[in-house]
Amino acid sequence: MTITCPECGAEFQLDSIEVGEIIQCPECGVELEVLETDPVKLALAPDEEEDWGE
Amino acid sequence: MGKPNVGMLVSQLREEEKLLLRAFASHGIDPVRLTDRKLQLELTDLTWLQEMELDVVLDRCLAHGRAGIVLQALDVAGVRSVNTRRAAVIADDKVECSLILGARGIPTLRTFMAFTVESALEALEQVGYPAVMKPVAGSWGRLLGKVNSPGAARALLEHKRQLGSYHHSMFYIQEYIEKPGRDLRIFIVGDDIVAGSYRSAEHWVTNVARGAVSAPCPITPEIAEISMRAAKAIEVEIAGVDLVETPDGLKVIEVNGGAEFKGLMSTTEYDIAQHIVDYVVNSCSDSQSSSLNGTYSASKQSMANGE
Repeated sequence: MTITCPECGAEFQLDSIEVGEIIQCPECGVELEVLETDPVKLALAPDEEEDWGE
Repeated sequence: MGKPNVGMLVSQLREEEKLLLRAFASHGIDPVRLTDRKLQLELTDLTWLQEMELDVVLDRCLAHGRAGIVLQALDVAGVRSVNTRRAAVIADDKVECSLILGARGIPTLRTFMAFTVESALEALEQVGYPAVMKPVAGSWGRLLGKVNSPGAARALLEHKRQLGSYHHSMFYIQEYIEKPGRDLRIFIVGDDIVAGSYRSAEHWVTNVARGAVSAPCPITPEIAEISMRAAKAIEVEIAGVDLVETPDGLKVIEVNGGAEFKGLMSTTEYDIAQHIVDYVVNSCSDSQSSSLNGTYSASKQSMANGE
């Protein structure tokens, strides 16, 4: 499917995505979170917080 | 029993979580996703949680604070989680981990806590320079500091004190090990050591999240024993135990409860995600699998080594 980066407007292809997945725009490198898949809705991924980790 | 009703606590779906979902699908299970940012936890009435009729929840939450609260609610509601809330809280707390490892006589790095700049400088003199300072709660190599001299230590301590959060004014001070450019990540599921890797980097911080490269690590009896002892002491069922090679033998750096296995996957053909999922699913019907008193499984060690 064709995806449009909400940050830079680049269009790129992905085979399969799932809600909650983080993808990276191949043009601007920004991380995007998949909010919906049908139709595809993307948003900037949440910033890493201080207590994130393993 | 039939198929268990499984929940998965997540912040976002990384490669590992997608693999776990596929592994659950191999059991015909589509876990209920508990996405931390979307949750509204009514703490004074957990009926909503009990009505979900979850048999088990696999914790894959990135945010330690949020995970601790959700696991606490699950615990009160009588829902089993993997790891348990107690294990997750201990694993996320470097102070408690150091206390437990030390008390159990499990080789680990010499560690001090101090609460003022002056007492921290005195503790650093006891540890010796260089030394390492870490946040009491933190991960991915974030905010680690290697201090080479009293002057550098004072500057770092003064800066940490100004950071605002009181956590940064509790100084966790650890001996620095001149490691051979690598440390070890040993992955444990229940009573099995499923894989191990060396993590190499030119930088002294060898977290995969910081760009370290993973390579296969054969599981020796010494590695197996210290890793499993550490995991059992911290009470984690699923864990990534980090070890360092020292002149005095292996020592435990830390035990990670929400362990990532992306780096490990590049070193072994063993299906770590499937092993985790099989363990979680089986734990619903086999109370023995949640026992914390098991022994290391040699068969899984052989599989991890590709034998």
